[in-house]
Amino acid sequence: MTSTLQKVLLGGCLALGLGLTAPAGAEELRIGFIAPTTGIFAQVGKDMVDGFQLYLDEHGGKLGGADVKFIVEDDQGKPDTGVTKAKKLILQDKVQMFIGGLLASSGYALAPVSTAEKTLYISSVAAADDLTQRQLSKYPYFIRTSWSSSQPHHALGQWACDQGYKKVVSIAADYAFGYEVQGGFQKAFEDCGGKVIQKIWPPLGTKDFGPYIPTIKADADAIFSLMVGPMALQFPKQLRGAGIKKPILGGGTSYDEFALPFMGDEVVGDVSALHYSAAIDTPKNQAFVKAYRTKYGKVPSYYSENNYTTAQWIDEAMKKAGGKWPGPEAFIKHMASIKLDTPRGPVSMDDMRNPIENIYIKKVEKKQLFGYEKAELWNTVIKTYPNVSQFWTYGKEKFLAQPVYDRDFPPCKFCE
Amino acid sequence: MASQQIKILMVAIALVAFVFIVPQSGSFVILLATRAMAFGILAMSVDLLLGYTGMSSMGQAAYFGVGAYLTAVLATKFHFGMGWDFWLVVVLGILIGAGLAALFGLFAVRAGGVYFLMITLALGQCVWGLAYRWNSLTGGDNGINLSGRPNFGLDLGNEVIFFYLVFGFFAVSMLMMYVLVRSPFGQSLAGIRERELRMQILGYNTWLHKYIAFIIAGGFGGLAGVLWAHTNGHVSPETVVLTTSVDALLMVVLGGAGTLIGATIGTAIVFGLREYLSTLVPWWQYALGGVYVLTILYLPMGLMGIPSRLRQRFAQGKNEDSKKLATKPS
Amino acid sequence: MNTQFWVVQAFNGVSYGALLFLVGSGLSLIFGVMRIVNLSHGSYFLLGGYVALSVIHATGSWALSLPLAAIAIAALGIVMERLFLRSEGFEVVRTLVIALGLAILFTLAFQKWQPHIVGSKSEFAIVAAIATVVIYFLLNRISIVPIEADVLRQVLLTVGFAFLFQQAALDIWGGNNMDINPPPAFTRSIVVGGTYLPLYRVFMIAMAIAIGIVLWLVMEKTRMGAAVRATVDDAQMARGVGIDTNRISMFIFALGAFLAALGGVIGGAFLGIYPGLDFEMLPLAFAVVIIGGMGSLGGAAIGALAVGLADNFGKALFPEISYFTLYAPMVLILAIKPTGLFGRE
Repeated sequence: MTSTLQKVLLGGCLALGLGLTAPAGAEELRIGFIAPTTGIFAQVGKDMVDGFQLYLDEHGGKLGGADVKFIVEDDQGKPDTGVTKAKKLILQDKVQMFIGGLLASSGYALAPVSTAEKTLYISSVAAADDLTQRQLSKYPYFIRTSWSSSQPHHALGQWACDQGYKKVVSIAADYAFGYEVQGGFQKAFEDCGGKVIQKIWPPLGTKDFGPYIPTIKADADAIFSLMVGPMALQFPKQLRGAGIKKPILGGGTSYDEFALPFMGDEVVGDVSALHYSAAIDTPKNQAFVKAYRTKYGKVPSYYSENNYTTAQWIDEAMKKAGGKWPGPEAFIKHMASIKLDTPRGPVSMDDMRNPIENIYIKKVEKKQLFGYEKAELWNTVIKTYPNVSQFWTYGKEKFLAQPVYDRDFPPCKFCE
Repeated sequence: MASQQIKILMVAIALVAFVFIVPQSGSFVILLATRAMAFGILAMSVDLLLGYTGMSSMGQAAYFGVGAYLTAVLATKFHFGMGWDFWLVVVLGILIGAGLAALFGLFAVRAGGVYFLMITLALGQCVWGLAYRWNSLTGGDNGINLSGRPNFGLDLGNEVIFFYLVFGFFAVSMLMMYVLVRSPFGQSLAGIRERELRMQILGYNTWLHKYIAFIIAGGFGGLAGVLWAHTNGHVSPETVVLTTSVDALLMVVLGGAGTLIGATIGTAIVFGLREYLSTLVPWWQYALGGVYVLTILYLPMGLMGIPSRLRQRFAQGKNEDSKKLATKPS
Repeated sequence: MNTQFWVVQAFNGVSYGALLFLVGSGLSLIFGVMRIVNLSHGSYFLLGGYVALSVIHATGSWALSLPLAAIAIAALGIVMERLFLRSEGFEVVRTLVIALGLAILFTLAFQKWQPHIVGSKSEFAIVAAIATVVIYFLLNRISIVPIEADVLRQVLLTVGFAFLFQQAALDIWGGNNMDINPPPAFTRSIVVGGTYLPLYRVFMIAMAIAIGIVLWLVMEKTRMGAAVRATVDDAQMARGVGIDTNRISMFIFALGAFLAALGGVIGGAFLGIYPGLDFEMLPLAFAVVIIGGMGSLGGAAIGALAVGLADNFGKALFPEISYFTLYAPMVLILAIKPTGLFGRE
């Protein structure tokens, strides 16, 4: 008791000269991480940080032999705050690279900072297509370790066509990410002979699908849905409640592991596509899921896996550089030349600095997995498209010649 | 009158000190100061309405937003405003802010008190809805990236030069608003704030006075938006959300309405907590919320009201003491 | 676009309006009686949903979660109203609460910069306790400035609380997108003439009608209701004839919070419960009140129905301008009749 009191009094004196820490000088890799850790996206931000942190902890806080100083900054889900925090990381903390940015708008806002400050920016979540497509030349210090929005959905379009679906109605969140996801699906599906007969665009954040469900055309074979955040929980529930039994083909975020644990059994049998599923049955993924779940009490989402893999990617690139920071240009070259074996499967980098990776077509099943006792919803992989690039089968030149996917591109040729 | 001159002198000294000291600090502080000054112009425009005209606007982000989007759209779609024509964009930004305010004012100015607050809220939401949904123009949720800052001999890409530029706009805006509120027009605004009915009886067209003040505030909002777009290099619907308007209003109340200086102090504190404290601790939101609640409960005149509150307290204390002495049985 | 389309859309619009009535009527009553624009009303909605989730988690009973969550949030509303929205009474408790909050912040700061001193939980508690006492005595020397007459300060105070509630909800319940699952009996649909009508939406409409009737009976047929109506019409006069407007305020604020929280539990099954829902519901509640008119129960019902239908048909027929179909009518009505369709000045 006395000692506590003494400590308090001592601290009162010391507190006057607060906040003076001296930086150490050894071989140190300073990594800035930008994610929303407060505000409405806080849990997604936490998944991102946890994924990266898990890899760091598993490797004794070192990447490629260098001691890592991992500095997390809160962008509060606002692009302009993200920019400020990135500059803080670069100018004050002298980081060699910064990672993260959740929303597409954050990705777009952060990329120019990397160009202006000549600092490496690794986008570990933000998926906006054009960052690694038509606008890449503006961002020489930018690389992406996650995915581009349309990448998994080309594969889903092909798969839907192969299943014999002829007519599909699409219902997708009305914003840039929704356009890119829907566009990728429609392009591949129609190139294979399918027809998108109706496009419905509920605003981002719609939870009451009452106005949209009755307008879905009755002659469709299946429904393509792209839902984000809380929308994902409500759409399947309300669709089934309205008596519509058509199969659902979901864009990645409609059924990802961030939403799945909170869904009801009515989603069993729904199909979706993404570059990761927590149910991928490989030893590598099983170990990752178990370690993550033990530590953080939840199944990892793709937000977690993408950042875990990003840490692994940096680890390997640093090893290649001999444990010394080689500068951003050389580091990007190292990263681009590596092939990795990750929880999501084998990944490598295309020449537009976007990953080439497996795309999984997944079906929601209720089952026990990895020895967990309870039967839970899992995204069981039913087909794997190996080594898919962001250009699908179109080839880079041909793909880049078309405009970025938009509300009206590809045009709805088969709508009446 | 002498005390007024002392106040002006103090502000002038503070500004000069600010402009000399900040560039010596780290670049991150320069950036923060630049951001705070650009936003500070918006906060002052809110104060012009709230503190000097008695209208509490919850939609000031609308003018801020159109200024910012104008800058971004001109720069990316028409390659306009990246050289000397930057100054033209500044003028256009002010005009578009004022123009939008002239339109919105037709709906809003008539309403008083809470109704004004709500109608401006609804108007602000209309602009947000457009920014969010008009994908071909605004880029929707992705927003618009500017490719660098203007360069007209002076390279604004240099953070220090840009800091001086924004400081210039900030200081000039403050001076202009100060002159405005001291002018006969500003005096009659204050009269309307205190007693609208009496001003009407005296023959003033109070609606027109308020309408003009609303338009002027919109113009400054547009200017702030132009600077904001170049400060961040990025414009997105986040610029126009309701909380931006609420923030500006809270900053004014925090610093003290009807002082202009208070608005800038409030801005500095909020930016400090949100962007500096948040780099240090995870519970910064509680600190920010706490500051708001405490200020509203204890300091209705804001931080600028502290001196008068102290004076009042001392006077009161003396009174109580003398009362005690008087009632004490001897 | 056959008749079935119109029937289903109208049904959807009415059921959404039913939910909005629960949120909007409370907001409207609070404004009518206290002239307070309560921007933390959306927070009550969200917090109601969260408390319900906790109740369901603990007891497994959805039916139990409805009254418990609503009562808990009503209690929160009473605390907020008594301690912060009026300056007289409970000075000691208010100052203590503020002192405790500040002391915790102070201790957190202390811990951040002097971690070797405030390490363990007991050390934290000791420092926080000492700080509370010190701050309490400091705060006691300054009095708060009466807030009753100042609309803007009241509005901003409720915003401040909305921010605090949002972060607190995140820290308590986490940031996952969650969902309230009512008993399976409610998730079925009834088929009327080949049209599927989800039973839960029927339940929402029934619930809103029942609550509406109860509210109307209370307002029209009881002494309390008469006192409330008198206060809405002219608070000063009401005080003059001996009505205890102070108690009326407390009652109405609690009732408003109760209704919003009930809306949160009912709406949670169909909107979900997630961070940010508070500020999504707020503008909708406002639209209801603005269109219907402040302080009028009938106005809130009409406003809720109008917003529910306009929102539904707007989204179905003109999806491109769906935000406009909500806010533009609001602006027009305000511009023409600032007090709303049924509001009295």
